[in-house]
Formats: sequence, structure tokens, C-alpha cells
Amino acid sequence: MSDVVLKIENLHVHYGSIHAVKGISIEVKKGQIITLIGANGAGKSTTLKAIMNLVKKSSGRVHFQGIDITDKPTHSIAQLGIAMVPEGRRIFPNLTVYENLMMGAYNRKDPDGIEKDLEWIFSLFPRLKERLKQPGGTLSGGEQQMLAVARGLMTRPKLLMLDEPSLGLAPLLVKEVFEVIQRIRDEAVTILLVEQNAYGALKIADYAYVLETGRIVLQGPGNELLANDDVRKAYLGVKG
Amino acid sequence: MRLSDFVQHLINAFSLGGIYALIAIGYTMVYGILRLINFAHGDIFTYGIYFAFYGVTLFMFPWWVSFITAIFFTAFLGALIERIAYRPLRDAPRISALITAIGVSFFLQNFATVVFGGRAKSFNPQTGMYPVYFLKILKLGDVRIRLVTLITVSIVAISLLVLVWIVYRTKVGMAMRAISKDIPTTRLMGVNADRIITYTFMIGSSLAAIGGILWAMTYPQVYPYTGMVPGLKAFISAVVGGIGSIPGAMLGGFILGVSEIMIVALFPSIAGYRDAIAYVILIFVLLVRPTGILGVEVSEKV
Repeated sequence: MSDVVLKIENLHVHYGSIHAVKGISIEVKKGQIITLIGANGAGKSTTLKAIMNLVKKSSGRVHFQGIDITDKPTHSIAQLGIAMVPEGRRIFPNLTVYENLMMGAYNRKDPDGIEKDLEWIFSLFPRLKERLKQPGGTLSGGEQQMLAVARGLMTRPKLLMLDEPSLGLAPLLVKEVFEVIQRIRDEAVTILLVEQNAYGALKIADYAYVLETGRIVLQGPGNELLANDDVRKAYLGVKG
Repeated sequence: MRLSDFVQHLINAFSLGGIYALIAIGYTMVYGILRLINFAHGDIFTYGIYFAFYGVTLFMFPWWVSFITAIFFTAFLGALIERIAYRPLRDAPRISALITAIGVSFFLQNFATVVFGGRAKSFNPQTGMYPVYFLKILKLGDVRIRLVTLITVSIVAISLLVLVWIVYRTKVGMAMRAISKDIPTTRLMGVNADRIITYTFMIGSSLAAIGGILWAMTYPQVYPYTGMVPGLKAFISAVVGGIGSIPGAMLGGFILGVSEIMIVALFPSIAGYRDAIAYVILIFVLLVRPTGILGVEVSEKV
């Protein structure tokens, strides 16, 4: 089997008359961190939602580990091993932290594995362990983001898709989030990261795509794009 | 009023309030998940009674077999209605779903009139619906109470405990609570949301069937519009308690049941206005606390 985990071919998405994604093709290789960067409205989040079938695709195909998932329902795609941590965290505020984590493990029937993954998650996010019995809605923004990532990991995904995980977090927490993403990759979880924080994302990415108004305008290894003049001007705030 | 009379009325009040609570839970659970007022719920209640009636009179089941079968069939009916009428409208404007619910209600009432007939059927020991000893009057000191009332209160209590257990202690219940806040994110967890919604309708409908059978034991007849008044009062209960909240539906049901019985008992002269009491409570609660007693402000779903 090839080492391409996720393959998107010529994806188009419309919101009514707005053409939000205009023919995007992306390959995500096993064990890597792939990032999509770009400004607001570039189509990054829409691409993730279209992969999960949370928004309707106008055309294009998506394959996951060789399986055509273009027209599969969201929950079946998740069951195949793609976890998406949605933008704005979207934890269940009325469920306890523990229940939120168990929602991630909803379809799993391996109590030992769940127990082991919980231990791993507590090593990544020690603070969640202290808050297990608290309703998710009472957590701080940073803690909610940790919970959202942890909940995604509880599905034991082969591919973890993160939508703006650093959004709205204090600088110190942003650093922590990017560190955790690397630690997750080190556990053989492939990562597709959508970010507006181009610097942080490019620094850890193996490969990156730059999106502008629904199109890929640039792609390459993370460190190459980090050195690219256009990227530095447009996204890293470096004056030319 | 003597203390024994008071206790007697109180037990009757809890019996009636409990039935309202059972029906109210069906309204509130469906609303909590789909933001849909299932106007057909009162008719599902009616069908629960019909199923129990025909189990005994047509299929010659013993009464208790018939009751259990009826609960199952009513659960299935609820799931069927959701599948046929509501699911295709999942992404439609909410007003379309609401009008559909009214349509389903009309359909069920008229279907019952055509198939079961418009004349009321007797639901009593003479038609074999339940053993005659259910009507026995028990004397506990000065308190006289019919056995069927005690049975009603006990069945209500057991049903409510089972429901609370399902919603707060099982995986399916956890998914129901998750869905009530965020359907797309629940799907991202690999949960088949449609299946959970089906379970929700089945649970609500079986509680309506239980409520219906208990209702018919006290008000011993069934006709196509039996469910209208109790259905409406249960809906008011759900709103009074805070629609979307399960504890709220229970509380609202008991508030309505207790007020109805107690006010009539204390002021027999206004007994004719019995059905108006629910509306007075509704107006008062909506004025003072528009979200209902235990309701919280629900932000519109995106």
C-alpha cells in the first residue's frame, strides 16, 4: 500500500452562489504533519468540513487509505479513522470532561485500549485529569481546546485533522498546542493542520499548502515555505 | 379538609401529574434534540391505548402481555413517524417540520377514526382490559385509595427512574445529551446521529404508551381524540418546566397534576374550570420566567 493516507482530488465546494473551494488537490502522507495555511475565507476550514461531509462537495473525490469516502456519511468517515477537531472547540458543554472523552471512544470496544489512551492523554494534558467530573462548559478556553484535541484522540484516529487549534489562545498556550501536535505525530498519528498562525504551523509541518480564495497558490516542505519571500511577506509579517 | 382527605387527594394528584410527566418527557426529549414540537405525540399516546385495547379484545392476549406488546408497538410507531415524516425535513426550515407534525397529528386522528371507528371503546375490567381487583379500594387508616391509583404512581416512578438511568448512565443516553447540544460534532465522534434520534422517539413514545394505558385505567375509554387534552396538558407541563429539560418535564407534569386535583378539591365550585387551570399556570410561568422553571436560554443552532 502506498504511504498516502488521504488524497483529495480537485475538490470544489459552493455555499449558495459563493465558490469557496476551487479545485483543491492535496496528499497527506503517513506519519507526517501537513498544514493548510491562509487568510480568513481562503477555504481551509471548508476543505476539512468537505472531507468529513459536513458540507456538500460540488465535485471532486476524496480517498482515505485507498477507500473512496467522497459520499460516505460523516459518522462512517469518522469510524474509518479520521478524527476532526472542529474550529471553536465544540466540546459538549453539558457533558463532563470524562463523558466528552468517552464520546470520542463511542465506537470502541477495547476497554484496555481506552484505559491506555486515557493515560496517554493525561500525560499530554495533565490538567484534564484534575477536571474529569466537571462539565465541559466550565473549562477555560485553553482547557476546552485540550479537551477537544483529547476527545479526537480518544477515537484512536489514523488521521487527526485540527481546525485552527491555536485560535484565541494565549501565546504560551499556543506554543504548548504546537508542541503537543508534534508529540501526537510521534505516536504515529498523521496530522492535517489548518492554521492562520502560519509561523507556528510551518515550523512543525513536513509539508504545507498555502490557500488563497479557494485555490492552492503555493506548496512545499514547511521549512522551505518558511524561507519563501512571498510567504514571509504575506503571512509572517516580514517587510520586504 | 381533613388530613385523610388531603392525603387521598395528594395521591390522586401524583397519579395524574405522573401521567402528564410521562407524556411531557416525549415532547421535551424530541424538542431538546430536534427543536421540534412533535404535535403528534398526543396521538401516539392514543395509539398506545388502542394497541393495548386490541391486544386484549382482538388478539385475546392476557392484559399484561397486551400492555407490554402495546408499549413496543407504540415505540415502533414513534420511530416510523420520525423516519417517514420528520427525517426528510431534517435540514428544512423549522416551520416546515412544525407543520408536518400538525399534519401527522391530523393523519393519526383520522386514520384512527376510519380504522378503529369514531365511537369510544370501553377500557375496563368488563372488556377484560385489566383484572377487576385493580378497582378495589384500599383503606390505610382513614385514607381510601383505589389500587389502580397506587399502581399508577408506582409505574410512573419506575418509568421515570429507568428513563433517568438511560439518559444519565448509559452510552446511548450520553449520545442523546451530546446530540441535544451539537449534532454535527456528535457525528464527528463516529456516532450515527439518526439512530440516536430514532431511539429518542422510541423512548418518548413508549413513555406515552405507558401514560396512555395508565390514563385509560382511570378514564376508562378510548376514542380517536383521547390524547388531545392530556397531550396538550403534557405539552404545557413541558413548557412550564422548561422545554428541553427532562427534570423540567417531570416537575411541570407534577405541578399541573397537583394543581388541577388540589384546586378542584379545595374549591369544588370551580370544578368546571378544571381544564383552564393548566393555561392559567402556563400564562403565569411564561410571564415570570419565559424559559420555564428549569429551562435555560437556548441559543439558536447554526
